[in-house]
Amino acid sequence: MEILEGIANKYREGEGNIISLLQDTQEAFGCITREAINYFSEELGIPPSRLYGVATFYAQFRLKPAGRHIITACCGTACHVRGAERIISGLQRELDITENEDTTPDREFTLEKVACLGTCSFAPVALIDGNVRGKANLDTIVKEIKKIKKDDREK
Amino acid sequence: MIVRNDIAIKICMGPAGIAAGGKAVLEAFRQELSRSDIPATLQDKCSSHQVGCLGLCARDVLVKVFINGDKTIYQYVKPGMVERIVAEHIIGGTPVQEWLVDEAYENFYKKQVKVVLADVGRVDPEDINDYIRTGGYESAREMLLERSPLDVIAEIKASGLRGRGGAGFLTGLKWELARMSGEKDKYIICNADEGDPGAFMDRAVIEGNPHSVIEGMIIGAFAVGAEKGYVYIRAEYPLAVERLKSAINQAYEAGYLGKEIFRTPVNFDVKIKLGAGAFVCGEETALIASIEGERGMPRPKPPFPVNKGLWQQPTVINNVETLANIPYIIRNGCGWYASYGTESSRGTKVFALTGKIKNTGLIEVPMGIPLKDIIYDIGGGIEGGKALKAVQTGGPSGGCIPADMLDLKVDYESLSRAGSIVGSGGMIVLDEDDCMVNMAKYFIQFTQAESCGKCVPCRVGTKRLLEMLDRITKGHGKEGDIERLERMCTGIKTSSLCGLGQTAPNPVLSTLKHFREEYEAHIRDKKCPAKACKELLTYRIREDLCKGCGACLKACPSGAITGEKKKPHKIYSDICIRCGACFEVCKFNSVERE
Repeated sequence: MEILEGIANKYREGEGNIISLLQDTQEAFGCITREAINYFSEELGIPPSRLYGVATFYAQFRLKPAGRHIITACCGTACHVRGAERIISGLQRELDITENEDTTPDREFTLEKVACLGTCSFAPVALIDGNVRGKANLDTIVKEIKKIKKDDREK
Repeated sequence: MIVRNDIAIKICMGPAGIAAGGKAVLEAFRQELSRSDIPATLQDKCSSHQVGCLGLCARDVLVKVFINGDKTIYQYVKPGMVERIVAEHIIGGTPVQEWLVDEAYENFYKKQVKVVLADVGRVDPEDINDYIRTGGYESAREMLLERSPLDVIAEIKASGLRGRGGAGFLTGLKWELARMSGEKDKYIICNADEGDPGAFMDRAVIEGNPHSVIEGMIIGAFAVGAEKGYVYIRAEYPLAVERLKSAINQAYEAGYLGKEIFRTPVNFDVKIKLGAGAFVCGEETALIASIEGERGMPRPKPPFPVNKGLWQQPTVINNVETLANIPYIIRNGCGWYASYGTESSRGTKVFALTGKIKNTGLIEVPMGIPLKDIIYDIGGGIEGGKALKAVQTGGPSGGCIPADMLDLKVDYESLSRAGSIVGSGGMIVLDEDDCMVNMAKYFIQFTQAESCGKCVPCRVGTKRLLEMLDRITKGHGKEGDIERLERMCTGIKTSSLCGLGQTAPNPVLSTLKHFREEYEAHIRDKKCPAKACKELLTYRIREDLCKGCGACLKACPSGAITGEKKKPHKIYSDICIRCGACFEVCKFNSVERE
């Protein structure tokens, strides 16, 4: 609550707009919660629909928390022509994530798609927890996922 | 030992350089240099620093070693190679021959002309003094102290510079229109919301030479009379954001930004605004809505932003590459810049050359260069001995240029006549394995997802287009689909509100124009000539070639393959999900695909 208050104050002082308000919120909580939207709406006199409208317009905002590990698959054109689609559908199979979801039920993994990471010379590219895997192939990524799963279990 | 008193080691830290392990290489150099006490023996004249993209990303990590001005370049550098480079080259004076770049590297640069990229890869992006040493901020100083805003506008107009973001509007003219608007508060915005998949020019410029963009903004602000500037940049580019922030801070400290800059009465402030991931925000009016904190939805033009833009005030929006050109045009003169390129497309353009090409990377060429020269001389030809099929330019708003049109000149008008656009500068090379219907579907998928939903032609039109293309690639195409596609495309093109919708059908129209027979094969024969659309493929194991090794059986995720060890295996096509895993894993080429 204190954090929300801090973010709201920053907005009140004219230092931000709805987008930066939501960006700060996501930075602090990992996603935009219903509570945050309601809180800002009452505190700042902005209709919840407007906040929700902005939150759902931009790809950056999540309404549900992400998994502990984030796999980012690039869907840029260069990656596409080098088989990104096969990697993505393979990962969906491996992680048991359906087309409309992006996170495993146990919140261990989130599979994100991005438009372009700008490292086209290493296409297809994937990020595992922010680390670049260039010239990726399904096998090595699946192996790495299995290792992460195993390490997590042992913790 | 030979006396050498000026050694600089420059390590590529562009996006690809980092992906290839640039940081580890830099760290290795730093460690190795301090361990061998070289700075001491060389009186602190040996330094290693990071620089932006060096261009030929395919050979990363690239390392340039300057000894008394003599340049040596190493390719594919790994941290393990550093010790030997330091011992034999830096200390011993003899370069390690077998790790040097080869002829292909030289050819990559031969036909390029570097203006925007001239200092990218040369200056340390995190040190303003490095930029100043190369003549940086001199153009801004000269303009502000000695010339009038109208002089600046005249100079840029005479250079013929056109907006590098895609639309190609004359930059000088845009500035003049904003200048003429009588309002007091004006804004200049640098559009760094580089959203085209397959394009990373702006990112490389900001990461490699952020001060050139800031200097361009200062000159632009002076020309139009703006006291406030914004850089609208994608949050997906964290390194670019970080370097830009530090560059802006350094420019404030140096007195190039803020109040009374360069000790003149001119004030100019620059702020960074982070985009939140919406392709449509590259469109000017949507970008303005996003800076104001709203959903990034475009509005009808006119009024144009130069008259009514941010907070209803006159606003100039220039792309990163456009602004980065400005200091160099002022420094070298408009005549020099205009001497490159063609009559209507002056100067140079940066392209991100990617796809099925040997030398992927960032290139800068004079406008009007034949496409053939880019593909074969600079790009080194097609990878893996395959045949070139087409070159896709302009991203989701552009089109495909077929292999038989390679003599085409790369400039605004010629590309537009061929049904494509220069766009922001993505150039993706496609070979015989790429299906053109699938490519069109890929781009429509992108624009459909990124359509903001405000106007019906774009929101519903792209959705229907996608459904139709999806059906065709899955073997459910119907007679008359091609005509229906064409009708839809024309409708969307002519009636959409903004550039996103107006150009969204281009990938479909251009592939229909140049590769109509591929659409026909999908629709009539239910075949994909490039063997890329998986629903139209069948996989079969050739009994005469199969050794029964079991590799495919293990690789198959759906259990569609059976067979005893050392005996030919079999694929059950009703269980097969056509993922292609068996095809890739078979060492004996016994899996057939058709």
